[in-house]
Amino acid sequence: MPDASSHVLVNSADDRVRTIGEIKDLIRYSHLLANLVRRDLTVRYKRSVIGFFWTMLNPLLLMIILSIVFSNIFRFEGIEHYAVYFLSEYLVFGFFAQTTVTSMTSLAWNGGLMRKVRVPKSIFAISTTLSGLVNLCLAYLPLFVIMLVLGAPIKPTVLFLPVAFLIIGMFTLGVSFLLSALAVYFEDVSHMYQVATIGLMYMTPIIYPITIVPTKFMWLMRINPLTHLFKLARDPVYLGQLPAPHVLQASLVLSIVSLVVGWLVFHRMSRNFYHHL
Amino acid sequence: MSEPSVEFRCVSLDYLLPSEGDITSFKEWAIRRITQKISYRRMRALDDISFSLPPGRAIGLIGHNGAGKSTLLRVAAGILQPSEGVAVMRGLMAPVIELGTGFEFELSGRENIFFNGALLGRSWEDMNARVDEIIEFAELADFIDNPIRTYSTGMVARLAFSIATTVDAQILLLDEVLSVGDQRFRAKCDARMSRFRDEGVTIMLVSHDLDAIARVCDEVLWLDHGKIKAQGEARSVVREYAAWVARQDGHPSGEGNV
Repeated sequence: MPDASSHVLVNSADDRVRTIGEIKDLIRYSHLLANLVRRDLTVRYKRSVIGFFWTMLNPLLLMIILSIVFSNIFRFEGIEHYAVYFLSEYLVFGFFAQTTVTSMTSLAWNGGLMRKVRVPKSIFAISTTLSGLVNLCLAYLPLFVIMLVLGAPIKPTVLFLPVAFLIIGMFTLGVSFLLSALAVYFEDVSHMYQVATIGLMYMTPIIYPITIVPTKFMWLMRINPLTHLFKLARDPVYLGQLPAPHVLQASLVLSIVSLVVGWLVFHRMSRNFYHHL
Repeated sequence: MSEPSVEFRCVSLDYLLPSEGDITSFKEWAIRRITQKISYRRMRALDDISFSLPPGRAIGLIGHNGAGKSTLLRVAAGILQPSEGVAVMRGLMAPVIELGTGFEFELSGRENIFFNGALLGRSWEDMNARVDEIIEFAELADFIDNPIRTYSTGMVARLAFSIATTVDAQILLLDEVLSVGDQRFRAKCDARMSRFRDEGVTIMLVSHDLDAIARVCDEVLWLDHGKIKAQGEARSVVREYAAWVARQDGHPSGEGNV
């Protein structure tokens, strides 16, 4: 819509309109969004020749280490193809942790920029999440190679993965909004959160099967939204099963709530970002 | 009579300053929150500013450091929201608060043109139509595909100025950016400014360079502690301001440098 951009109105009185204004702004700045995502990806892949292979290599090396550790030292009974069990969910957790942490730092890093140009402030969390999603898709390729090598069956249910990524992506974006807004006000939030992600990882059945969790801690697993969300990515790959409709519905509701709440909080707090960046 | 392209109605802006030093950690905030010790001091940077500009008018903003010139420009650019009042801008804006904002030093000059255009809300097609003109004006044809970390300061500034003033805009906001490059390049900049005026582009210019203000602007707004101290025809307000500055410096009242 070329006409919309040729008539820009900054009307600071429209407080109610501002919420819609920010969304309109995002659409108007979609070129910037594309540019930011492309920049993230170029820096990651193009600048070093082995960049692209490195992303592939990382989970491969991790798998080798973990299979040695968990097949020979710690052993979980009854998990066939442990590497597949672990990686199919760990990759998603990695996406979640990486994206939320990067969103916080990228908003703070771009503080100088936001003092000098008018850009929709939510664009940084969105671009970080989008490039994270691209990286996530690419990271699944070596997993499939591993499955072929190990002889683990690849079922057609893997075609559900894009839907799973979309739902997990929305949830992650909501959390990113929330955390990055907080991180603008308080420098130590991002340090505290990085420690918290380690806790989160052990609170979610990623490394171990949920069946080994003692009954008295079971409620912790149940109330942890990540437990349910990340299964969306594991089950189609590892078990060859689609999630039950009620699980899917619940996950969808959860991510939409996260996205809406995160965005509203971010939007509200962003009014005073200028004074804190 | 068309609608004004810039309209400020009773605009005030407060900066929030924590009264007891900066609270930058969550722990500290939590402790103070519990002990009920958070209070913010308001620092009024703009106080009840009203003015409007018809399309094609060039206005200069002058005043001592901290008078609110850059703050006013940031409100116009939509970077800062007024605490009270309304700022309405009608038309496509090109705000240049600082030259080279958002430059990525690892990317080439050409890539930066597109990235910077995107920061200003312009599409790839918009920029593609203008990229040759930008390169030519910046006189960087031989270097445009090298990463800009290899550029000299002057080259970066020329590129930035060229991008900022080559994009399509009806309102141009410039903060201290006219003193770029050597004499010859400055002459080109001046020529470009007068072309903008001929084309009916509205210009808001912040500068300490009173000569440049008097040359480029029709009208001048003199800000003092966030208030409008004087407003009127460019040369006379500039002269008034220069005389005031001279008095402040303890010199006998006399002619300024205009």
